Amino acid sequence: MIAEFSWDQFIFLWEAARWTVLLSVLAFIAGGAAGFVVALMRTSHLQILRTLSAVYIQIIQGTPVLIILFLSFYGLAIYGFKLPPMVAATIAMTIYTSAYLGEIWRGCIEAVPVPQWEASTALAMTRWQQLRYVILPQAVRISLPPTVGFLVQIVKNTSIASIIGLVELTQAGKLVSNATFQPFLVFPIVAAIYFIFCYPLSRFSFALERKFHAHR
Amino acid sequence: MSYDFQFAFIFQHMDQLLWGALLTIRLSALSMICGLAVGIFGAIVSIHGSAPARFAVTSYVELIRSTPFLVQLFIIFFGLPAAGVQVDANVAALVAMTVNLGAYSTEIVRAGMMAVHPSQIEAAQALAMTRWQVIRHVVLTPALEKVYPALASQFTLMMLASSVVSAISAEELTASANLLDAETFRSFEIYLIVMGLYILLALLFRLSFWLIGLVVFKRRRRLGVARPRGNR
Amino acid sequence: MPIVEIENITKSFGSNQVLNGISLSVERGQVIAVIGRSGSGKSTMLRCINGLETIDGGSINVAGHKLTAKHEHLIELRKDVGMVFQHYNLFPHLTVEENVMLSPRIVKKVATEKARETAIKVLKQVGLDHKRDAYPEQLSGGQQQRVAIARSLAMEPQVMLFDEVTSALDPELTQEVLKVMEELARGGMTMLLVTHEMEFARRVADLTVFMHQGKVWEARPSKEFFSDPQTPEARQFVGAGNIK
Repeated sequence: MIAEFSWDQFIFLWEAARWTVLLSVLAFIAGGAAGFVVALMRTSHLQILRTLSAVYIQIIQGTPVLIILFLSFYGLAIYGFKLPPMVAATIAMTIYTSAYLGEIWRGCIEAVPVPQWEASTALAMTRWQQLRYVILPQAVRISLPPTVGFLVQIVKNTSIASIIGLVELTQAGKLVSNATFQPFLVFPIVAAIYFIFCYPLSRFSFALERKFHAHR
Repeated sequence: MSYDFQFAFIFQHMDQLLWGALLTIRLSALSMICGLAVGIFGAIVSIHGSAPARFAVTSYVELIRSTPFLVQLFIIFFGLPAAGVQVDANVAALVAMTVNLGAYSTEIVRAGMMAVHPSQIEAAQALAMTRWQVIRHVVLTPALEKVYPALASQFTLMMLASSVVSAISAEELTASANLLDAETFRSFEIYLIVMGLYILLALLFRLSFWLIGLVVFKRRRRLGVARPRGNR
Repeated sequence: MPIVEIENITKSFGSNQVLNGISLSVERGQVIAVIGRSGSGKSTMLRCINGLETIDGGSINVAGHKLTAKHEHLIELRKDVGMVFQHYNLFPHLTVEENVMLSPRIVKKVATEKARETAIKVLKQVGLDHKRDAYPEQLSGGQQQRVAIARSLAMEPQVMLFDEVTSALDPELTQEVLKVMEELARGGMTMLLVTHEMEFARRVADLTVFMHQGKVWEARPSKEFFSDPQTPEARQFVGAGNIK
């Protein structure tokens, strides 16, 4: 029986979109925290930390998100539990985000001019004090445009979770499309919903970039 | 922990995975060539086209950049037959990758073209070149040379993103892995090896782009510099 | 019959009236130096002659071409009028030889071998044929400017325009470029140069045109002009310029 694409289906899509938002936010927060650690490791004095984090970044950046997702979904299954798709997806997106944000933030830390390090060293600050009071505040400002830009990537990549069955927006789209036999109507609507989330973020990132450069 | 890692078993089936890797390379290479062509065309239109044409290109780029590749893939694979066009999974994958890469390439090539200093264009005009001659001989080559690293980077990203086309069962590495998984149920080992294969592919692509850059951009090869020093 | 006939041209950029009714006549083989303060309109006038700027009023006739806004006519005109810029503007992705050969090949449809012969000839003329295979960034400013001159010469123009071509060069590199320009002048090329090199203008230019506030303030034979400028503005400008 072919369902009609009615208001109910439309609401179903939006309800699924909540999972998209939740997954994105979780990935951003957890991945951001991990990414922060990665960035600090990348800019550390200790060679071993720099190397470890560099290797980590290279591995994650050289792997498709989907494979990371499969590994987290099937990987923990070997210990006996069947992981709920949402948990696997969150783990995978967190790992993905930590590597990319780590690399972006490393660049931002390194973009803070060397004289800033020199001046704060001359003022007898410890490395942690330097980071906290002088370097990171400036690095954060530099990092705003690319970080917001990456948030767009996170939202788009949550669509991958549909492949392991999480009913987020894309999977909901597939379900509705299969039920109504109207893919040419449903998927563009799905795309439009993503667009509503992503395009403003994109413009915001662009505006931040402009504002930032205007100051300099 | 009673799990028994059986990598050796997987290595027996390595040829399946390697075949998948080859297919990924082929699919990526084709989409790069087509995507770059779209990108150059789009960039030229976005600078020199009429107002409606420029709006069309801008809309195309923003739509692609603000929606997931997977959804674009579904629109092409599931949507086109509903509109009467028959598509097979591999063709749909290639089309989706080309459309996606075309949008990002348009942005990148456009930035390169805008970076060519107006004085270069004036000098070419003073030499009696037509608008098309100016674009072709004076703007495009330096523009492409300048954005080549960004293009190479985007192309490598696309190769990694191609794993998603396994969702419609197009033939490439992830799909091969999925098949092997269905046969043997050794999921973790399979995907771990596949992860390694993708990392190798990414390295291979980066190396290839570097070599291609040396061959195509004579000036780089001769002088060993990344780009011309501020000569106006 | 003058080869360049400029009649009462006007041009403004927004509210700024840059050219206020300029008239000038140039005979074949004449060398005209155009001097004046920044903002007096000298470069703008030059750029109007080959259509890089469009005039608001008046008319320009160059080598039989009448300047209109129409595109094809501009192409034809630019085959006969060469221009050399302050910042050389060589194409960085091409070698010196390729830079010089490009336009003859694609615009005048000259065969590659013939274009190469011409390129070598003009490069010899400016003393740089031994640098044929170099890229612009490997040359000094003076060398690049000479290549730029050769590039325009390869089109076999009837008139050459020079827009402050030595202003961006270090003093020791300026001389080599001026030498090439002097040889061109002696060879009978019709030249209009916007320049700050007063000594060169006095010695080499037949006529010196002093521009002020978008008008031709004085236009007299060079040696007369420099030894005795007639207007107070010219006197002040030249006095500031250290003529030996």
